[in-house]
Amino acid sequence: MVSVTTGTDAYQVAAQVVDPELRVVTIADLGILRAVDTDGDRAVATITPTYSGCPAMDVIRAEVAAALRTAGWAEVEVVTQLHPAWSTDWITDTGRRKLAAAGIAPPGPARTVSLGLPASRPPDQVACPRCGSTATDELSRFGSTPCKALWRCDGCGDPFEHVKSF
Amino acid sequence: MSTGNGAASFAQVLALGDDALIAAQRLAQWTSRAHEMEEDVALANIALDQLGAARLLLSYAGELEDAGRDEDALAFLRDDRQFRNVLLMELPNGDFAVTIAKLLFMSAYQVGRYQQLVGGQDERLAAIAAKAVKECAYHFDHAALWTIRLGDGTDESHRRMQHAVDEIWPYTYELFTDDPFDGNDLRNGWLAAVEPVLDKATLTRPDDGGWQPRGGRDGRHTEHLSYLLAEMQVLHRAHPGAQW
Repeated sequence: MVSVTTGTDAYQVAAQVVDPELRVVTIADLGILRAVDTDGDRAVATITPTYSGCPAMDVIRAEVAAALRTAGWAEVEVVTQLHPAWSTDWITDTGRRKLAAAGIAPPGPARTVSLGLPASRPPDQVACPRCGSTATDELSRFGSTPCKALWRCDGCGDPFEHVKSF
Repeated sequence: MSTGNGAASFAQVLALGDDALIAAQRLAQWTSRAHEMEEDVALANIALDQLGAARLLLSYAGELEDAGRDEDALAFLRDDRQFRNVLLMELPNGDFAVTIAKLLFMSAYQVGRYQQLVGGQDERLAAIAAKAVKECAYHFDHAALWTIRLGDGTDESHRRMQHAVDEIWPYTYELFTDDPFDGNDLRNGWLAAVEPVLDKATLTRPDDGGWQPRGGRDGRHTEHLSYLLAEMQVLHRAHPGAQW
């Protein structure tokens, strides 16, 4: 969902910003960075929040602005765009590989919104990022950040984090 | 109250923003007090989602009002009679079963409400709703799992969960009779979500003939809101504009 209209260089600069909570992936890997438009020495970066209340957004906003200023854009603006709503489907393949390499299981396909009974949904199939076993259980549906849940591998016995399919 | 045609009004957006803000404040009161760390983290995360939606909604409400009030002014500098949340949101947390009953009923309403706004004509509100609806569906799921686990659990957990449902049920009517967007038709969808959960949890759904307290949308609240606001607003009022 990332569209680069103009200012490819500026986009590359902003794309290097690392997520403050998932330090192994960039905001471009996560699909948070939507576009960077430039006009002379002015750059406007458009980002999207993962969750409405994600506390990392303020830091991301500040780091994108700082990166663009350091790279020479005098006038920098960071715009937050809500629509269309961010989905874990926007996490790139590179992003997914980096997450898994860091021991964080990447998300499956995003779920559609439904109010069905929890048991009526097919359970998530999450492979352990360490040993690859699919004999895994969800320990907690919420984790250390809004975007993650806590899982455990029955194969190697290790707990691990899973980016919720969202 | 006006219908959902065209751009939303200040009053409509304020009502939804106040619902989310007061729900967030209540849920955050569980932090460090839940029965297990995972649940502590869960309730705090849900509170954070609600707070995120509240900030977006109140910021937008302030722009619609066009009187110079931002999200902070609306959250911290209004008195109880000026809040427009439904009574359900401000009710005390009670025991864990009461909190879960509140969350189940509240999240099912919010999903239906936001879902309707996603397809509405107010694009800004549709964008806020499109994010929030996914989060609230996850909250519903969490509440449903606990309702079933407690209702279909031990005699004591069943007794408590049934008591919570009976206690909170009367406050659910206001969600639909006083929906800011004329959402009477939302109740059928809400019942379709809630009833199977209660059924699976071996709980009895209360009859419709009982007490139906309301007034929150008109600023007539329970005393509980005043105490909640006193705690939430004290710092900002003592140190206006404080940042940390």
